[in-house]
Order: sequence, then C-alpha cells, then structure tokens
Amino acid sequence: MSLSDVCGPVMIGPSSSHTLGALRIARFVHNLLGRTPEKVHFHLHASFARTYRGHGTDRALLGGIMGLNEDDPSVRDALTSAKANGLEFAFQPDDLGETHPNTVRIEAWFGSLYQDVWGASIGAGMIRITRINGVECLLSAMYPTLIIINRDTPRALGKILECIEINVANLYLRRINKLMNTALTIAELDEPFSPIKLHHLASLDVVEEAHYVPSLAARP
Amino acid sequence: MTFTSICQLANLSGILLHDAVLISDMAENGTDPDDTRHQLSSYLSVILEEAELQYGKSHRTLTGLTGENARSLSESHPRYVSEFTYMAMVTALSISESNASMGRVVACPTAGASGVIPGIFYALQKRHSIPFDRLLEGYIICSGIGNVIATHATLSGAVGGCQAEIGSAAAMGSGGLVYISGGNAEQVGHAAALTLKSLMGLVCDPIGGYVEIPCVKRNAVGASIAISCAEMALGGVESFVPFDETVWAMQKVGASLSETLRETGQGGIAITRTAKTWLTEGRHDNE
Repeated sequence: MSLSDVCGPVMIGPSSSHTLGALRIARFVHNLLGRTPEKVHFHLHASFARTYRGHGTDRALLGGIMGLNEDDPSVRDALTSAKANGLEFAFQPDDLGETHPNTVRIEAWFGSLYQDVWGASIGAGMIRITRINGVECLLSAMYPTLIIINRDTPRALGKILECIEINVANLYLRRINKLMNTALTIAELDEPFSPIKLHHLASLDVVEEAHYVPSLAARP
Repeated sequence: MTFTSICQLANLSGILLHDAVLISDMAENGTDPDDTRHQLSSYLSVILEEAELQYGKSHRTLTGLTGENARSLSESHPRYVSEFTYMAMVTALSISESNASMGRVVACPTAGASGVIPGIFYALQKRHSIPFDRLLEGYIICSGIGNVIATHATLSGAVGGCQAEIGSAAAMGSGGLVYISGGNAEQVGHAAALTLKSLMGLVCDPIGGYVEIPCVKRNAVGASIAISCAEMALGGVESFVPFDETVWAMQKVGASLSETLRETGQGGIAITRTAKTWLTEGRHDNE
C-alpha cells in the first residue's frame, strides 16, 4: 500500500466496501459497454442483498453504471437521475452460490449489446471482476484491460499479442465454446491502449470482438 | 516500512522526517515523492474544504440513526475540553455524519474513520492559523504512520476490529499533530504509540452493519484521545513500548478477535436489546 492509498481516495460515503467498491464494479461495466446502458439488472448476493439500501449500495451501483466518478457528489442522487434519464433498472437479491459475500452480478443492455459481469467488493475499495459473460476471471480493474473474443485457432494469441505491443501484466485465455470455435482473452496492460490500436486489434482476422476498459485508477 | 526505519533514514541522511516518509515510500513502492506530495496535498485540500462546509451541520443519514450530533455539540460550548479539542470533536462528528449521508469524504485511512484527521487538521488551521504547507508536512507524517500500520497490521475493521480504523486514524492524527507542533521524531512515535495503546482491542460492532452507531461518535472520541496523547508526548511522556511493537501487538489482538467483533454487526453493542429492537421495528431507510 502506498502513502496515497493509505490517506485516500476521495470518495462518496459511507463505506469503502459497500459504496466505493460497488461503484467501481458498476463503472467497470459502464466502461466495458462503452456507455450508459438502456437497461440494467443488479443481482445482489449475501451481504450486498441484505444491506444495499442502508449502505447506499444501490445509488453507488447506479452512479457507477452511469459512469460517475467515485468522488462525484451526484452519486447520492443517482436513483433520481437514473429515473430522469430513462435508465430502466432493477435490484434483486440473488443467491450467486459460493462466492464473496459482497458480490454483485450486473446485466446491462444497450441495443444489441449485452454484458454480464460479476464483481466482488473485497474491502478498502478494492474490487475483483470474477466473471465476464460466463467466463471466470480475476481482474483488479486497476490495469488498462482488453477483453477480446477471438477464434480458438493456432497462432490467434500470437497475432493478438503482436498487435497489442504494450507489455502485458496479466493474461487470461479461456475457451468459451469448442463447437463455435471461440475463446475469451483478457489482457491486463501496463499502459493505456489507444482507440486506433483497438481498431487495429478488432480488425484482425482472429478477433471477433474487442473491448477496452481503462484502469479504474485513471481519471477521465 | 517501519517507523524505526523512517527515523533512521532521517537521521543518517540529515533530512526532515516528512521527507524521509516520502523517500521510504519511493523505495518500497516506486512512487515519485513529488507525485505523492501532490496527491496528498489534494486530499488535504478536500479534507479542509469539507470540514468548512460541513462544520456543525445537520445531516439526513441513510438510516437516520445519526445526523444531529455535530449540530447539537456545535450549539453547545466547551466546559472541560479546550476550544481546540472541542472544535476537533465537532469537526469529526460533522464529517462522520456527512459520510453516513453519502457526503464526500477522504478515506483517510477509511470511510468509517474519516472524521478523526479532519478534526485535528481543521482545528489546527482555524484555532492556530497553521499555514497549508505546514499542515501538509503533518499530513505526510500521518500517511507514514498509517503505512506502517497497513504494512504490519491492517487498517480494515473487518480484519482487525475498530482499533484498526479509529485506533489507526487517531494514531496517525496524534503523530501529525505532534510534528506540526514542533515535536521531534521520537515524540511523534511516542504520541502514535500512546494513542494506539489507548485504543487497542476496540471492537468493530456497528448496529445493522451500518457506519453510524457507534462509528460517528467514536470519531469524535478518537480525535480527543489523539489530542490527549499528543499533549502527553509533547510534555515529555514516553511510551515504554515503541510504536512498531505496538503495531505488532495490535495485529495480534486483531487476529484473536472473534469474527462477531469484526464489522459483522453480530457482536458488541450491535446485539443489544435496543439495537435488535431498532432493527426489527424502528428501521426505515431514507430514500
């Protein structure tokens, strides 16, 4: 932990795990979708399910899904502003099985786009993204992150890494569907990724979809 | 990072204690001291701004269990504590109640204990007219003390109980206060150790799990203990056990605390009859 981690960050209260962490998970989904969704469902597990109103977790999640920063005072009014902006949302307690008690599953829709992300708030505002569209992972969201659906063929990863160029801190590769011949590759990078490079990456023959999520530590 | 190693670095290289803190962080985490100073400066600015905005205000908190304590105390006058301590207590209540109503806080060291350090620093600014740059040097000392605790124990109530939150915040604030008052490195260490020892074993027992009772009032008490211990250290009172060993002891105590006493809302005052009655009958969350 560095000195600025100990004496920060600036955040909207009351709880680093129930508001700050929750907001960060939802903001990850906002960034993954590249926008505020039209419709969002929050499935709240265990501790999140029991206390989400008294802790302001509901507002923090809505604030995050609308892309608000963690120190933005309007997080407090997120319920009202979500309604005003026509965002269709629902909170539902859910049993997500054997997982961290502060876990939320977020389903977000925008037109034909759909993302299904599980995230856990593990304390002190730190989060772990544990599942993206059915594929298990373990992301801190503190790195610039690439989420790629690619062909499950020889040399696919090689082509992707060659295109990325930037040093990769952590790499996940899972087969999604043997029959469909698809795999999910997640790369946590040491440096931010530019939109032009994302365009190049997305146009590779082995890449079907490429999404980029900036580090949560970076300020827009 | 240990407190001893920071002091040794300052002694051997003839630099000031707060610079030794920044350089120790650079050595351990690769941070740029200028960047860290800048970041901490922005946090301290928010602390002082929010203290100014929230001082003595009423707050509509999420559960309504707190929200009038800062206003109530601010409308009174100090009978036994100094004007300085009184102001620190009102500020600590104000920030904690703002936190409980989804206000903006600096999680220094945590959201639940975010009132203690604003209490001390706002009182220093208002009552003693300490300039910002000097306050920042003290804030850097706070961050160093907090870092020692984070490294060798914990700042999380869920892991170490309230001693890790209010205890740490008070130890950080006490050391910072001594430094700003002209105390030397040894006195800073004594103040932090005396404070942490005074709050050792404090359990984390929030009613319903919400950051309101007893958290809000404990912030004010934490600030006053920090000030008392700083007064003792400046007056030559020494902690027999050095700060680093106190942190070691705190970690041991935290590990031996039952889970019911670590932010689960299942022990301490959280399971009293009054608490249970409120949870079953009185509770209606503010929309």
